[in-house]
Amino acid sequence: MALADLTVSVPVLAKARRKKLNQRKKTIVVFLFACLLLLGITVGGILAAETAVTADLSQKYITPSLQHLFGTDQLGRDMLARVVKGLSTSILIGLGAASCSAVLAILLGSAAALLGEKVDAAITWLIDLMLGIPHIVLLILISYALGKGFWGVTVGVALTHWPSLSRVIRGEILQLKETQYVKTARKLGQSSWRIAVKHMLPAVFPQFLVGLILLFPHAILHEAGITFLGFGLPPEQPAIGVILAESMKYLSVGMWWLAFFPGAALIGVVALFDLAGGSLRRLIDPHSAQE
Amino acid sequence: MKRNRLLNFVGKQAAKLIILIVVISMVAFFLVAVSPIDPVQMNTGQAAYANMSLEKRAQLEEYWGVNTPVVEKYTNWAKDIIHGDWGTSLRFNQPVLSVIAERFTNSLLLMIVAWLFSGVFGLLLGIAAGVYRGKLVDKIIKGYALTLASTPTFWLGLLMLMIFAVWLSWFPFGFSTPIGVSAAEATLGQRLYHLILPALTLSIIGVANIALHTREKVIDIMESDFYLFALARGESRGEALRHHCLRNLLLPAMTLQFASISEIFGGSVLVEQVFSYPGLGQAAVSAGIGGDAALLVAIAIISACFVFCGNLIANILYGVVDPRIRRGHGLG
Repeated sequence: MALADLTVSVPVLAKARRKKLNQRKKTIVVFLFACLLLLGITVGGILAAETAVTADLSQKYITPSLQHLFGTDQLGRDMLARVVKGLSTSILIGLGAASCSAVLAILLGSAAALLGEKVDAAITWLIDLMLGIPHIVLLILISYALGKGFWGVTVGVALTHWPSLSRVIRGEILQLKETQYVKTARKLGQSSWRIAVKHMLPAVFPQFLVGLILLFPHAILHEAGITFLGFGLPPEQPAIGVILAESMKYLSVGMWWLAFFPGAALIGVVALFDLAGGSLRRLIDPHSAQE
Repeated sequence: MKRNRLLNFVGKQAAKLIILIVVISMVAFFLVAVSPIDPVQMNTGQAAYANMSLEKRAQLEEYWGVNTPVVEKYTNWAKDIIHGDWGTSLRFNQPVLSVIAERFTNSLLLMIVAWLFSGVFGLLLGIAAGVYRGKLVDKIIKGYALTLASTPTFWLGLLMLMIFAVWLSWFPFGFSTPIGVSAAEATLGQRLYHLILPALTLSIIGVANIALHTREKVIDIMESDFYLFALARGESRGEALRHHCLRNLLLPAMTLQFASISEIFGGSVLVEQVFSYPGLGQAAVSAGIGGDAALLVAIAIISACFVFCGNLIANILYGVVDPRIRRGHGLG
């Protein structure tokens, strides 16, 4: 009886006891999965590169079967190979763009927080401006300016995704500037550079990492979107957006597998990385675990 | 005094909007100008371009303004726009303003329907999830919202087309009017019928954000003292929810909904492409592919103004909800 009372009155403890995996273990498991998937798709993409573009006109429009798990398309190309190759292209672009974007975010965010009021005002204004135009319109403009193709998408996504992370980092550094230990370091006569690298960078780094990982799924989604609209990769490169754009022509005749599998695979990757970023954030910043 | 502050606020926002328009038009012009894509080649097609005589090519280049320097182009454009002339869309062969007016009404209809749908459903789902926190309903709604956050809008559109237009044939396969009927002749019923599927796609995605937000708010409120007190006074759960929860929820939810206009616009570009819906987003895509600078710039400006208005309304609503923000903003 007494024990039952205890479990009722301390629900947090009871909950913790019921859970098998704690937050740290969960994060590790999710990350392991994400890394395995990343590795698998990259290797698979290299292996499937040949099959993904090989047409076999005797094997057109095959519904998913054991031989062709995801079916074949209008030119008899194996959809499984195309999906894997497409995902690996998308992931490559996503990773590149997200990393560039995150670096841009940390540079501009810290510049805003550290280089005085005028710089701060300018960068804050730039952030507001970027957030004021719908991403997709800006992406269309940038990728058009760069002549579409691989660089158009990558640069476009990299240039449009930094503002929100930049804002977070700016806020974080502004708070750090007021902390006792940074003030003490300043009073001790340490140079600004040393304070930034020694005292601020380690404190901001976790936020940066989480921001980077959460940027990544966004970057992939936008890459797929802009490629789908015809501003991204050319039709010879089977990115997910290209495959889906091609599949549109065959939807009206009921070839669902051409559109279903590539999209579902994309969602899988995006959701997994969202989960990884989210659980890493909960680990680093326990406040957000309270939901 | 009060009127002064209001004037001040309006003036500030107007100045912001004008600066925004000027900067965006410059950026857009610059980006279009540096592009290596040749609009003449894009619009005449590969074969026609190869067979074209040099004079014809030069004439077309003149027409598209390929050789005019950017600065000159921009100043010409800016001069015209002050007189209310937005230029001619070379792709559609119509004044830009008339293209935009037609496309924007279509898009606006789509976005408003989707916006209302997603707001209402998001709110209801959020409340349901919050009230039954930790139960099956909550888990389903949470899972739904989290999955949708990683779903590409256009893929969902393809799926909806596949299920509802191809398999079940409940809805038409895209477009805003029946085939062979012009927009002017179509009845409102026909237009709404064509609107349902794209709007539904947009709102299914839009629901996620607001549902999660509302869920958290509901949980906060249900743990608050005033909610407990209401129950203690003898109000039933439904009554307490209606009197103490809903009122606290509505304004923040509306604010969030206004602030998400940028996302709805972005989504509508993709959805319009999937459903061949003749809206602003589709016009932006064809303007971008065809190198139609005037139209592209105009669309960038219109979309930015649209988002600006949404954010402005959200800001004002924040002020209404939270006096601390209102004082900071200087709106009495």
